[in-house]
Amino acid sequence: MNLKQFCEVAMRRILTVSGFTTSIVILLIITFLFAEAAGLFRNKVVEEGYTLAVNRENPVENLSAEQIKLIFDEEITNWKQIGGIDCPIATFRLEQLTELYTEEELGENYERAGDCIAEQVEGQRGMIAFVPTDLVKDQEGIRLLEERNIKAGDVLLGDEWFPTATPSPLFGILPLVSGTLWVTFFAILIALPFGLAVAIYLSEVADERIRQVLKPVIELLNGIPSVVLGFFGLAVVVPFLQQTFDLPVGETGLAGSLILALMALPTIITVGEDAMRSCPVTMREASLALGASRWQTIYKVVVPYSISGITSGVVLGIGRAVGETMAVLMVTGNAAVMPHSILEPLRTIPATIAAELGEAPAGGAHYQSLFLLGVILFFITFFINLCVEYISSRNKR
Amino acid sequence: MNKHIRMKRPQTNPFLCVLLALFAVAPSLSAQRIKGSDTVLPLTQEAGEAFLKIHPRASLTVTGGGSGVGLSALVEGVTDIAMASRKIKFGEQMKLKRAGQEVKEVIVAYDALAVIVNPGNPVSRLTRAQLEAIFRGKITNWKQVGGEDRKIVVYSRETSSGTYEFFKESVLGNKNYMSSILSMPATGAIIQSVRQTPGAIGYVGLAYLNPHVKALSVAYEGGGFYAPTVTNSMNGKYPIVRPLYYYYNVKDEALVRPFIDYLLSPAGQKLVRDGGFVPLK
Repeated sequence: MNLKQFCEVAMRRILTVSGFTTSIVILLIITFLFAEAAGLFRNKVVEEGYTLAVNRENPVENLSAEQIKLIFDEEITNWKQIGGIDCPIATFRLEQLTELYTEEELGENYERAGDCIAEQVEGQRGMIAFVPTDLVKDQEGIRLLEERNIKAGDVLLGDEWFPTATPSPLFGILPLVSGTLWVTFFAILIALPFGLAVAIYLSEVADERIRQVLKPVIELLNGIPSVVLGFFGLAVVVPFLQQTFDLPVGETGLAGSLILALMALPTIITVGEDAMRSCPVTMREASLALGASRWQTIYKVVVPYSISGITSGVVLGIGRAVGETMAVLMVTGNAAVMPHSILEPLRTIPATIAAELGEAPAGGAHYQSLFLLGVILFFITFFINLCVEYISSRNKR
Repeated sequence: MNKHIRMKRPQTNPFLCVLLALFAVAPSLSAQRIKGSDTVLPLTQEAGEAFLKIHPRASLTVTGGGSGVGLSALVEGVTDIAMASRKIKFGEQMKLKRAGQEVKEVIVAYDALAVIVNPGNPVSRLTRAQLEAIFRGKITNWKQVGGEDRKIVVYSRETSSGTYEFFKESVLGNKNYMSSILSMPATGAIIQSVRQTPGAIGYVGLAYLNPHVKALSVAYEGGGFYAPTVTNSMNGKYPIVRPLYYYYNVKDEALVRPFIDYLLSPAGQKLVRDGGFVPLK
């Protein structure tokens, strides 16, 4: 074997290895994402290491996360509201212990803390205490509520996102998913006509000199960092929308859609224009020779010929916009509510992950719920990519 | 690690050994690690730089990460001082006691939160109960608290912020904010939004107040209305004030005390005031 052959074989090996390594790494990342996300459903409804204790005479067996939140927010104030006895609810948190007892009563190393808690809970029929499991698990006079795992239904169909609420965080992702979809949908609605119009203008109408000026300007838009666009949005777009539509608040889904559309435009224009320019001259000439006007040629021949390229451009642009974080975080107001109109504040998945991952304790339920959001986002972009594949394969004849 | 290597190597040369051991021991006397709250972080950095100018041989490592991170690092012994923007939690204290450690708490400064509205808003004072109702979504129009007929737009910090937690604890009595609250990633964004939204209300640290927003006077149960100023916060009249703490292990007293004493000295407290925090006296 001479050197040349050896080099070729080696090169082929290297290429194969790098191909496989990349694929394996990608698969590992996805597995990791899924594994972390699935961990969420192994968590208890109540914060880890803590439990809810009630009086022995209280017949309530278990409470949903929603009910626990309402009780500790003092929205539910009587046990009969949730099917229990007619007795007002009193809540107790560990922090109150130091207000009720002196250091001496609690013991030097707090060895009597459990007894103190039990004393409180026993003393009041309607009391519910949020305390560490270790302290109260051996206490006689009180009863611990049954601990349930977080249910997939409560997460996927829940419409309240309170990841840091104590005693029981709520991880309803529906507001975040619908927020993301709303913003994306309106971004497409805005970007598509503009992008298409500019692409047609650049490839069919504009003469060469104008094109050479316009194209770099549009590509410049691609180079603006998203955080700068976000700040522009907050300082300019938000007040503008507020005044135009006479809204109480300018941070709305529409502001996010506008910024995202702006970010998707360069991709749509560049890819769309390239696709149209690749339409063979012979086809255009044939159309013109048949007596079609220039406009007729554009929309009967050029656009249908390059439709797969144009669609790929649109979907790629949107794919970029869906995962966009910073700009959206700054202009949509980030209110985790189900959006009823695009002129209301909403919260998207990427913004939530970016804003909350920093402080979420690693391995905790909050952390895992953010990974779950990552998985959902992965599915959305995966679906978009499938669309690109499908559209571009359909028209490749 | 480093220290270890330095101590071992010179065994071949007794003279060098002594010399290097001296070097290795000397910095360890004044090398201290400080970790914790991001609120306290800029203040500690500022004070640290000034401290190093006076004590060039000392060495400080200051890192953030949050109050909880700092305190758990203290339990594990990977930091000498834990910075915290809240009092040590009962649970954390129990962990420390179980580990047989005794920590000392020092208040190094105070931080006041101001409730801000748009300058065009005629409302200039609110009670704690009114604030709680507004931030929990029970009061939704300014006319319910004596203002114009305008929807209230409530801004808050993100859930990851210590400010968010403190406001929730102090003003909302540990209840949850309403779900439709607008959460902003940074204090600057809250100022910007409140400045341009007529019906807005939000909260920021005292240091961030500027003429583009209006700070409200606040009254807690049984108290009078007080404006958020450094003076009112120092004499305890303004209620939304939180102490900023340093925690350290009692056995490290000798190591950490010089720096803490510096921060508590008039020179250190001047840095506190310049940094937008409320000095102790």
